[in-house]
Amino acid sequence: MPSTSPISSVNDFVVRFANVNGSGSASANELFARAVLRMGVPVAPRNIFPSNIQGLPTWYEVRISESSHLGARGGTDLMVAMNPQTWEKDVASIEPGGYLFYDSTKPLPASKFRDDITVIGVPLTEITNGQYSDPRQRQLFKNIIYLGVLSALLDMDVLVIETLIGEQFKGKDKLIAPNIDALHLGRDYALQNLQCPLGVRLRKADAVGDRIFIEGNSAAALGAVYGGATVCAWYPITPSSSLADAFTRHCARLRVDPDTKKNRYAIIQAEDELASIGIVIGAAWNGARSFTATSGPGISLMQEFLGLAYFAEIPSVVFDVQRAGPSTGMPTRTQQCDITSCAYASHGDTKHVLLFPEDPAEAFEFGALAFDLADRLQTPIFVMLDLDIGMNHRLCKPFKWDDTRKFDRGKVMTAAELESGKDFGRYLDVDGDGIPYRTYPGTHPTKGSFFTRGTSRDRYARYTEEGAPYADNMQRLLRKFETAKDLVPRPVLANASKPTKYGVIYFGSTSPAMDEAIAMLEARGSELDRMRVRAFPFHSSVSSFVADHDFVFVVEQNRDSQLRSLIVNECGIDPVRLVPILHYDGTPITARFIARAIGDHLDALKVTPLRKVVS
Amino acid sequence: MTYLAKPKFHHPGLPKNDLGFTHRDYEGSISTLCAGCGHDSITAAIIEACFELSLPPHRIAKLSGIGCSSKTPTYFLGNSHGFNTVHGRMPSVLTGANLANRDLIYLGVSGDGDSASIGFGQFAHSIRRGVNMVYIVENNGVYGLTKGQFSATADRGSKSKRGAINTDSSIDLAAVALQLGATFVARSFSGDKAQLVPIIKAAIEHEGAAFIDVLSPCVAFNNHTGSTKSFDYVREHNEAVNFLDFITPRAPIKVAYEPGTVQIVEQHDGSKLALKKIAADYDANDRVGAMTFMQVHTAKGQIVTGLLYVEPESEDLHGHLGTVAAPLNALNEKELCPGSAALEKINASLR
Repeated sequence: MPSTSPISSVNDFVVRFANVNGSGSASANELFARAVLRMGVPVAPRNIFPSNIQGLPTWYEVRISESSHLGARGGTDLMVAMNPQTWEKDVASIEPGGYLFYDSTKPLPASKFRDDITVIGVPLTEITNGQYSDPRQRQLFKNIIYLGVLSALLDMDVLVIETLIGEQFKGKDKLIAPNIDALHLGRDYALQNLQCPLGVRLRKADAVGDRIFIEGNSAAALGAVYGGATVCAWYPITPSSSLADAFTRHCARLRVDPDTKKNRYAIIQAEDELASIGIVIGAAWNGARSFTATSGPGISLMQEFLGLAYFAEIPSVVFDVQRAGPSTGMPTRTQQCDITSCAYASHGDTKHVLLFPEDPAEAFEFGALAFDLADRLQTPIFVMLDLDIGMNHRLCKPFKWDDTRKFDRGKVMTAAELESGKDFGRYLDVDGDGIPYRTYPGTHPTKGSFFTRGTSRDRYARYTEEGAPYADNMQRLLRKFETAKDLVPRPVLANASKPTKYGVIYFGSTSPAMDEAIAMLEARGSELDRMRVRAFPFHSSVSSFVADHDFVFVVEQNRDSQLRSLIVNECGIDPVRLVPILHYDGTPITARFIARAIGDHLDALKVTPLRKVVS
Repeated sequence: MTYLAKPKFHHPGLPKNDLGFTHRDYEGSISTLCAGCGHDSITAAIIEACFELSLPPHRIAKLSGIGCSSKTPTYFLGNSHGFNTVHGRMPSVLTGANLANRDLIYLGVSGDGDSASIGFGQFAHSIRRGVNMVYIVENNGVYGLTKGQFSATADRGSKSKRGAINTDSSIDLAAVALQLGATFVARSFSGDKAQLVPIIKAAIEHEGAAFIDVLSPCVAFNNHTGSTKSFDYVREHNEAVNFLDFITPRAPIKVAYEPGTVQIVEQHDGSKLALKKIAADYDANDRVGAMTFMQVHTAKGQIVTGLLYVEPESEDLHGHLGTVAAPLNALNEKELCPGSAALEKINASLR
């Protein structure tokens, strides 16, 4: 018997699978997560994987939460320890009172275990080898067998899993029966030999609703399809490659002319990120909606071209699926660390528009919106995803589309307008919003052509190195950026249950952890108003929010508080008013971390009055 | 340097083409390059070719990188959209532009610094993708704007104006283009308009990546004794394999050459090329033969010019990608956005 009483929890616990990369565990683990979901219980799975194809440790963490806490929680209640390489660390990470499920075919000394956890040994290898002789089958079915054991231990609805297996192997029907057999092999063993269910268990619920389960990268790519993107140029880089892959898949299904079977899209896997953004810029210059998907190192490589797109005012869309930097950093770990390098990308005075989706639903929404914004503002638009929302399935609101919506192609002068004698100056601010008119190449035989360049030019696109027209143009670009503030998605504000002097600003994938942390902080009597920033440039409400509070925590997943610097810099705010809460070890931020960090800070304030702290 | 507009004065007697345009309608602003620059002759050849083909100027997009050669698109086709991109990156921008609208003619102008050094990768990949374009390198073996450094096409052993000897081996862009799978490869000399104009015309009509390496001496920094890219040197070592008569699909073929010395090549669009063969054993449809021929002559110090290779049944990038016939930039919401009903189905599949 464990020295600590076993954790008892229904529909609220964390299961972590420790596997070896390339062992085929991923599909069994995903099957587990989907089965929980089909039982009406929300899940938030996360892949924790190395930059490796085969052999290194990989984990799959499934947070089960009937109250829909979808952020990473930290800690493990049930460890499915299938990787001897990481045994020590895996066993150590189990919460006191937690459970360890392992393959007991080979006996392990007592020193390998802990006395405050419940240990469940199942001779998985023995069971598998007794049933299968082919080595590949042994490897794959072992995963399904442990899923069968789990179904009994956690009191899962086995019919749900069988249905999912049927769906998964639809079209390869002969694989269905053997997989279901393997499932029952494990389940029957558990029911006969183990105490089922455990203290942590599942129960059918109705907490999922109409929500959908999808990866952010796939959602963003679907947004690009709906937003009318026709040209995609990209270079493979983790964690963004699956976005371009998803766009390819979506287009093959949704964008083929039904009569001619020809494609209404062009996708180029370029030779590098420089060519990717070059192709995007060329296509956008010529009137097609185009985008690239990349990550931090790609953003670094694209800097020169991004300056050109800013200065020559070419609409372009960049999906940046952020990973831990600097340099190659941790390619398979998450961070929000490209805020500065995107906001001010390229040499000289530049500023760019950034969008911060919180989940796949917003990745879809912003993925489509980015193309309207790019055309309207004639500038690069960055959609800032990260590995956590990009590469993990996340439960989110279903996608919505209004069929009356038209693409906003922005200010494009037509042949008829040119013909009627309308004055065309490519960089002429006719409407006072800083946004000039453009023409697509080939529009009119004698009017509206101009030379696009990265060098300075006057309002009629004529080359000049004169100071006045240069400054005039730079000022207009600032006016345009000012216009952007009211076009980008507004921040989302949520007030605390009672009036408070403190606020918190956060963005992107931090969202679910933040919501949960707010509840934890309120439980200990600390109320915070909160603002989720969804875009840069900041809407005026960001400054007001800071002004309305004694001080504001800024929660982000990088070392240098990049969003905070941006707020300080762009809103002219006294830095002491903004307290950084920073998580940057490459794991997704947790509610526990946020609540503790903010709580500690608030505790310190109770001891010493604010004025002395900040002097 | 400032933008100099050319006076729009028309001589009433100027000859007109099928569209009623004169040469002047294909010109741009006044060149700001050095007097006597080979690049200006290429500009004149481009203007002549577009005029002779009766192309509507606004249906041509001209793109370039950075450098002396990349400045030239300002000096021709003043009614065309132009894009002076960043150094060495014209090929990617042109590729994107071409994907957006397959109906325009794309003219990429680059130099040896732009294409053989910083942009070598983009040059190579745009060629191997078969982007439908005319890619002209105005090759002078030297960096002019930064005052005379060797470029990567400078021959080993050639001497700079300051007296330095180039010790690096040179890149032969035409040979590389052949190896990369270009479906049209030619080399010419800026001082030989009779050879260059028909080559440009044929390249425009070619469907696929048409690459033209034009030796274009730099009068300021690479026209001295000891240079292998000077006017005198190129004239003395020019080994033309053929001369070209370009015949549009509309015109009847009139071949005035001796039988046995003419090679007729019919291109994908129906245009015909009549090659007056100088080197009797030269076959412009033989990629491997062309590579060998060039290697042999380069080893002898000769510069092979003419239409080196053309693949009659070429297919361009749009063909490879299977894109629709309409330009992608002309597709509307109905054709691009799958709508809410399709989205509901997608939602249902994600539960």
